[in-house]
Amino acid sequence: MSELAAALICLAGGMTGGLVGVGGGVLFVPALTVFIGLSQVEGEATSLLMIVIVALVGSYRQHGYGNVRVREALIIGALSPLGVLVGVALANHISERVLQLSFAALALFMAAQLVRRARTAP
Amino acid sequence: MPAGATPDHAIWKLAAIGTLAGAFSGLFGVGGGTIIVPLLIFWFAYGERLATGTSLAAIVLIGLLGAIAQGGLYGNVHVGTGLLLSIPAALGVVIGTAIQQRIPQRAVSYLFALLLVAIAVELILS
Repeated sequence: MSELAAALICLAGGMTGGLVGVGGGVLFVPALTVFIGLSQVEGEATSLLMIVIVALVGSYRQHGYGNVRVREALIIGALSPLGVLVGVALANHISERVLQLSFAALALFMAAQLVRRARTAP
Repeated sequence: MPAGATPDHAIWKLAAIGTLAGAFSGLFGVGGGTIIVPLLIFWFAYGERLATGTSLAAIVLIGLLGAIAQGGLYGNVHVGTGLLLSIPAALGVVIGTAIQQRIPQRAVSYLFALLLVAIAVELILS
C-alpha cells in the first residue's frame, strides 16, 4: 500500500515538475523517506537520480514543444557547482535560521512579483 | 544570432542564475528550478513555457553535476527504487508538460507563486 502511495506522490511530483519547471524533489524526498522508509540522506540521493530522469524526459518534451533554449540552459547548469561552493561558504558564516528566513522572504517576494506581472501582462 | 537569443553581454546574468540556483540547492535542498524559472521571467522576459522548459534542461545538468560532486553519492542511491519510482514520475512530467501547453501562460505563474509560498511557509515553520 505504501508503495502505491509513493508511486502516486511521484506521479504528482512529476506533474508539478512538468507544469512549473522544477525537478520535483520537493515531493520525491518525502515519498522515499516516509513511504519507502529510506533515510534522509538516501532519500535525497535517490531523489537526485529521479530528478535527472524527470528533467531529461520533461526537457525532451518541452524541446519538442519549442520551449527550450539549450545554450542558455547549459550555461546555467554549468555554473551551478560554483553556486554550491558559494552556498557552503555562506552556510559557514551565517546561521541556518537567518538563511532560511532570508530565502523565505525572497520566495515570497518572487511570488508577489510573478502574480503582479501575470496580472498586468497583456 | 537567432531571434530572441541571449546577447553576449547578458551572459553574466545567465551565469548569475546558475550560481544562485546552485547556492540555493546546496543550502536548502530545493531544486534550482525555484530560482531559475522566476529569474528567466524577470531578467530575460521569457514566457512561462520557455522559462520552465529551459529550467528543466538546466536541471538535467545541475542534477548530474550534483551527483558527481557527491562522489557518486557514496552508495546512498537506491538505484532500483529510484528507477522504479521514476516510471510514475516520468509519466507525471509528460502529463504536466502536456497540460502546460493547454493552459494560459499566466496560470503557470500563479501555480509557481503558490509553490513559492508553500516553500516559504515550510522554511519559516522548520
